[in-house]
Amino acid sequence: MSDTPIRILIAKPGLDGHDRGAKVLARGLRDEGFEVIYTGLRQTPEMIADAAEQEDVDVVGLSILSGAHMALLPRTVELLRERGMDDVLVAAGGIIPDADVTKLKEIGVAEIFGPGTSIGQIARYFREHVRRPA
Amino acid sequence: MNDALTELAMGGRRPLARLLTRIENGDPSVRPLLPELFTAGHGAHVVGITGPPGSGKSTLVNSLITEWRRRGKRVGILAVDPSSPYTRGAILGDRIRMMEHAADRDVFMRSMASRGELGGIAATTWIAAAALDAAGYDPVLIETVGAGQSEVEVARVAETTVVVEAPEMGDEVQAIKAGLLEVADIIAVNKGDRPGADRAARQLRAMLSTAGGRVERKPPPVMVTTAVTADGVAALADAIEAHRSVAREPLEAKERAANQVRRALAELAGRRAADDPSWDETLRAVADRELDPLTAAECLLG
Repeated sequence: MSDTPIRILIAKPGLDGHDRGAKVLARGLRDEGFEVIYTGLRQTPEMIADAAEQEDVDVVGLSILSGAHMALLPRTVELLRERGMDDVLVAAGGIIPDADVTKLKEIGVAEIFGPGTSIGQIARYFREHVRRPA
Repeated sequence: MNDALTELAMGGRRPLARLLTRIENGDPSVRPLLPELFTAGHGAHVVGITGPPGSGKSTLVNSLITEWRRRGKRVGILAVDPSSPYTRGAILGDRIRMMEHAADRDVFMRSMASRGELGGIAATTWIAAAALDAAGYDPVLIETVGAGQSEVEVARVAETTVVVEAPEMGDEVQAIKAGLLEVADIIAVNKGDRPGADRAARQLRAMLSTAGGRVERKPPPVMVTTAVTADGVAALADAIEAHRSVAREPLEAKERAANQVRRALAELAGRRAADDPSWDETLRAVADRELDPLTAAECLLG
């Protein structure tokens, strides 16, 4: 089933209202042939994990600019694992200090895309790293 | 009973989500499940919600979910958005208006890309609806892509089709054109707080009062709703529920079955023909104008 489109959920956890980046990425990945489930602003980790579970996505992409990433990202990863979504790829984008990047990768965030990353790079990363059940 | 179906019956969300993925992808493992999937269903009321882009379908579905949850129902939703014909990519944005129900264990919502189908739903939406039924959701709502005038596929799958219109839908002639309005069992003029909503509803009622349509029947009720405030939504839910018994009258049910079987026949015949060893040669003959398409089809079927 490798020829079926990659499904990605794009969400903005927390309270910051800057969704331009998330929308640009959603549109860009659409043009790269992804099926993008866009959930909008101000999502709790619970809402994101529940939506990801129902949508059975390959990737959860979290856009975060508020500085609350060390609270919201680990919680989202934990809730996804609780729901048995061990194979879902979790990635984040936004302003995240290098020191936190290491910690986030340790707890299971696969990759973090900082400012200046091109959509082509992101799409390529997902294509190479998506894990699909046999 | 098959393992996958046992898991469904137990109410697990992950097995249901996984099964829906296999259904969408046309995974060959779904085919042998199909007969049991259908008999495992509890006879959920399948309701289609269609209408032009921006008429408020998703917001109205969100309000309907709230109303049905108040009535103690477990609601399943399939929300379809269009796939790009060029890249096959899609933005599935119907969840934005429904996120308040994301964590409710008695609501299951799945976004589907149309994946090349032009009728307003995906080719596999009917199977996905059967899966939600088997998992105990009732009603099952199917929200179509933003429909123009002829994306009427949902009426083949749904027992009750609600067409959502916004007040600025156009003049009376729009209401007597063939297509979308013809398949409506119920019409909701949404954005009822906008000027002109009541007038639009009156015009629709007047123009549709003489409608014939698919089966000899009464014209569809025209209701005014305001999805964001939930005004008129309880009445709409009542009308949908009242239509359930109408949809199951033998004549209506038989016509829906005929449409479903015809569609399946066309798909099956198409797939078999494509597997026929003479397929390429027949196409070449049609391309070179040695053969007309109808005769070619007869040869392939024969």
